[in-house]
Amino acid sequence: MIDMQDVYKTYRNGITAANGINVHIDAGEFLYVVGPSGAGKSTFIKMMYREVKPSKGSIIINGVNLAKLKDNKVPLLRRNIGVVFQDFKLLNTLSVYENVAFAMEVIEEQPQYIKKRVMETLELVGLKHKARALPTELSGGEQQRVAIARSIVNAPKVVIADEPTGNLDPDTSWEIMNIFEEINLRGTTIVMATHNKEIVNTITHRVIAIENGRIARDEVKGEYGYES
Amino acid sequence: MKARTFRRHVRESFKSLGRNGWMTFASVSAVTVTLLLVGIFFVIMMNLNKVATTIEEDVEIRVHVDVAANDKDKEVLEQQINQVSGIKNVTYSSKEQELESLIKSLGDEGEAFQLFEQDNPLNDVFVVKTKNPTDTMKVAKQIEKFNYVSSVKYGQGKVEKLFSFIKVSRNVGLILIVGLLFTAMFLISNTIKITIMARKREIEIMRLVGATNGFIRWPFFLEGLWLGILGAVVPIAVVSAAYYYAYDYLNDKLKDHFIKLLEFNPFVYQLSAILIIMGAAIGIWGSLMSVRKFLKV
Repeated sequence: MIDMQDVYKTYRNGITAANGINVHIDAGEFLYVVGPSGAGKSTFIKMMYREVKPSKGSIIINGVNLAKLKDNKVPLLRRNIGVVFQDFKLLNTLSVYENVAFAMEVIEEQPQYIKKRVMETLELVGLKHKARALPTELSGGEQQRVAIARSIVNAPKVVIADEPTGNLDPDTSWEIMNIFEEINLRGTTIVMATHNKEIVNTITHRVIAIENGRIARDEVKGEYGYES
Repeated sequence: MKARTFRRHVRESFKSLGRNGWMTFASVSAVTVTLLLVGIFFVIMMNLNKVATTIEEDVEIRVHVDVAANDKDKEVLEQQINQVSGIKNVTYSSKEQELESLIKSLGDEGEAFQLFEQDNPLNDVFVVKTKNPTDTMKVAKQIEKFNYVSSVKYGQGKVEKLFSFIKVSRNVGLILIVGLLFTAMFLISNTIKITIMARKREIEIMRLVGATNGFIRWPFFLEGLWLGILGAVVPIAVVSAAYYYAYDYLNDKLKDHFIKLLEFNPFVYQLSAILIIMGAAIGIWGSLMSVRKFLKV
């Protein structure tokens, strides 16, 4: 599914954020990425959806090598990968429905199919009744659910989440985790960077810890392993 | 691209004009002000050019034929003149015709010259027009050398001054118009850039969900187009109305000088088309330039 081999990334300012990373992730896995701030978690995540291009090594997702992917093919890659962020990244001028439908309009889906699929997805995240609301009228947890709906509406094989609960209170965080669990149970691979010790230690999955741009730990049923 | 997608782009472009109300207003105003200046300037330039052309076309070379020349000599001379390069046409005017037109042109006082009808002191004349008025001097010099030419007149001195004045004013006008257009482009692309900065997030999200650069660009392209066209409306209205009244007023005053301004129709329609095209081009250019920097991976 996802295969990283000898991945290095040195930014123009000389900072090395990936220093020989080797990881293999199977289809359907749920993977936590943990580690101190500035250790290279973000770079690791960003390389997966080709926001950052590796300096060396190969990253293969669904048989496509991201290190060799041409810029104009990046949009095609992104259609098979859902991305969720700490700050939701919703368009505040569009309604909940429009925000989710947006991801399907971009790839020119049939209007009928868009309508059906968006409503299904909103139902999955429990926001069908708020389809017409604007993001600014929602709570943080609800906004994140919209963002999750948008990331999975095109049924990607992988969902990448960068600190999805970072801005949310504990109760809401659990709700969001339940949704990710649900998505994972339906067969979608999930890669999640997080600082939330409680979540990692309670809903156990594979954990990789990144320190100084390297994989310091890789455990099948892992623990957070840092003081929070 | 699917027709449905194109309709979406058109819809989106209109929606975002509304959503970004103040920025739309700012961009349209920038286009309006510039096109208004360009429009007014263009009207003045084109009319000055028209006047200059009219004056230029009035310039003719009068070749006075020596009294000693017989009919055969005149024929040879006419052929020689016709062979000079750059000649548009040559008309012959006998000394009787010359006297007649002199008497006519002087009106009542001309009657005094009727006495000369018995013993006409004037010369036969070949009136020569050149294809390019600025060739007048060159052609005149060549004709001067032919046999049986007593003198060549074309308003020596004055014509040279007139031509160099016209040339300078045309060049100055051209430079000013080009300068104005560059200023306009700069002004407008900056305004649109600010508009798009505010929508960096929108572009970022489009890219995240897998929109191709072409897909992202389209609504901005159309938006630039609408901005440009909207910006051209006021300048067209103002310039057309102003020209409508100015044309009547000035033409009346200039009538006596045999100078005519460009006709309202088709000039104003041509001008409107030019302003719309300019507005559209500037708008599209500005928005595409600004969106470009956000599309780099």
